[in-house]
Amino acid sequence: MVENKGKSQKEKGKSQVKIEVKELNIWFGKVLALKSLNLEIQSNEILGVIGPASSGKTSFLRQLNRLNELEAGFRMEGEVLLDERDICRIKPEHLRKNIGMIFALPQVLPISIYDNVVYGVRMHDGKSKSELDAIVEDSLKASFLWDEVKDRLKEFATKLSGGQQQRLCISRTLAVRPEVILFDEPCSGLDPISTAKVEESMLRLKEQYTIVLVTNNTKQAARVADRTAFFLMGELIEIDKTHKIFTAPQDKRTEDYIQGRFG
Amino acid sequence: MKLRQIKEFVIEKLIFLSGIASILFVVLIFVFLLKEGIAFFREVPAKDFIGGKYWYPISDPERFGILPLILGSLLVTFGAILVSVPVSIACAFYISEVAPVKLKDILKTGIEMLAAIPSVVLGFIGMTTLVPWVKKIFHLPTGLTALSGSIMLGLMAMPTIISISEDAINAVPKSYKEGALALGATRWQAMYRVVIHAALPGIIAASMLGIGRVIGETMAVMMITGNAAVIPQTFLQPVRTLTATIAAEMGETVHGSNHYYSLFAIGIILFVLTFIINITADMFLHRNKK
Repeated sequence: MVENKGKSQKEKGKSQVKIEVKELNIWFGKVLALKSLNLEIQSNEILGVIGPASSGKTSFLRQLNRLNELEAGFRMEGEVLLDERDICRIKPEHLRKNIGMIFALPQVLPISIYDNVVYGVRMHDGKSKSELDAIVEDSLKASFLWDEVKDRLKEFATKLSGGQQQRLCISRTLAVRPEVILFDEPCSGLDPISTAKVEESMLRLKEQYTIVLVTNNTKQAARVADRTAFFLMGELIEIDKTHKIFTAPQDKRTEDYIQGRFG
Repeated sequence: MKLRQIKEFVIEKLIFLSGIASILFVVLIFVFLLKEGIAFFREVPAKDFIGGKYWYPISDPERFGILPLILGSLLVTFGAILVSVPVSIACAFYISEVAPVKLKDILKTGIEMLAAIPSVVLGFIGMTTLVPWVKKIFHLPTGLTALSGSIMLGLMAMPTIISISEDAINAVPKSYKEGALALGATRWQAMYRVVIHAALPGIIAASMLGIGRVIGETMAVMMITGNAAVIPQTFLQPVRTLTATIAAEMGETVHGSNHYYSLFAIGIILFVLTFIINITADMFLHRNKK
């Protein structure tokens, strides 16, 4: 990670490619879920991914940390490169440590808040108590949850509200120190205030992390994403700076979707 | 209009009767057992019956101590648990988490077939293959031992434990496993740190049901455990179980004698044992649902 930072400073001026997708095709059984996808994700950007149901946006996201492989009938062609390395050559557990994921429904475990945060860390390597304490504090601060829970770290995490639980899941992912974070419709079950808090933490996180955000809420993409990609029926229709997508889309279908004419 | 209401009434009552029948039968069986067995406890106090070390029902004076039988049953059951539970849980995990889809179907069918083998056939196979083997390996005068019974009964309990555990593992929400994997867990870590915890109540219930079957099993056990009513010291000696005692002696006892009633009393003990096991299993299954 230190090397990477040095490199990015040397190459200042041109933005650095974190993830590169080349000619990616994905099948589930006989269904082609993603058709010859080509795109790049820059370091420290938030890439928003929008599109109607079964447009392939979730398949795309789950390909980045290779969760698609768990499905029966999965088959792929093409390449996904993380820092110029083919992700299929990285051990899945190492890849997923580097590319964390936040799910639509927060999955907190029925154990204490503290234990939830260090759950992933404990799986990877032995850390001392003081190191763990520091990780817990840092991770909870990064997701803006620290002030709300610092006095009750030993309480059951299941007592937290939905929005707090989702931010706890973000902390848990941050605790294993990833470089990229994937958000899979992270606010679909949250109220507007919790949503605002999650979005706020995303904007703060992009200073250190690369973020891919799949969302059904086009307005959310407009609020937080630097660039936005529009998927339809397994194809990437358009990818550009967010304000361009929302003000002057090149493709008629993008315009129709954003204005809510279908989807 | 009237006809429709009558039809509705009749069907409703029929369904109610079918539903209540199973409970009614259990109650009737229990009442019958009690009626026949209780009389016996007037002759022999329950303490002497359960705690007595000697089972000589037809000598003079007759002695009805079933401690050797209870210990025999428990020993064989305990051995069967050791044999079947670890293997079954591993097998259930293999089927639901590791095996490829095609193999999964073959294995599930195979296990259901295993459950369908009549116990007398298993006893027969055990008698001709396992028993000589045990005799040879441990240099024993006879291979008809608690160990042989435990192995055979373990095999018999496996289909129940495997198929119910497998259901419990399948019922664990996929998101739990994905959550662990997304944090960088290996397949094995996700399995033992997340899936097994979530499925544990179901797995325990499955094991209890399997054990319930082992305690109640008669035929195979009678054929391969040697049936010596002595308090067992090791796995390598013949034992006699509660069930085998009833099955073997019911045919030759005099109707209405103390011996006859004592067998019903053994039935009560057995009923209580399996009842406790099933209730415990049920409690775990229900806790799982909450």
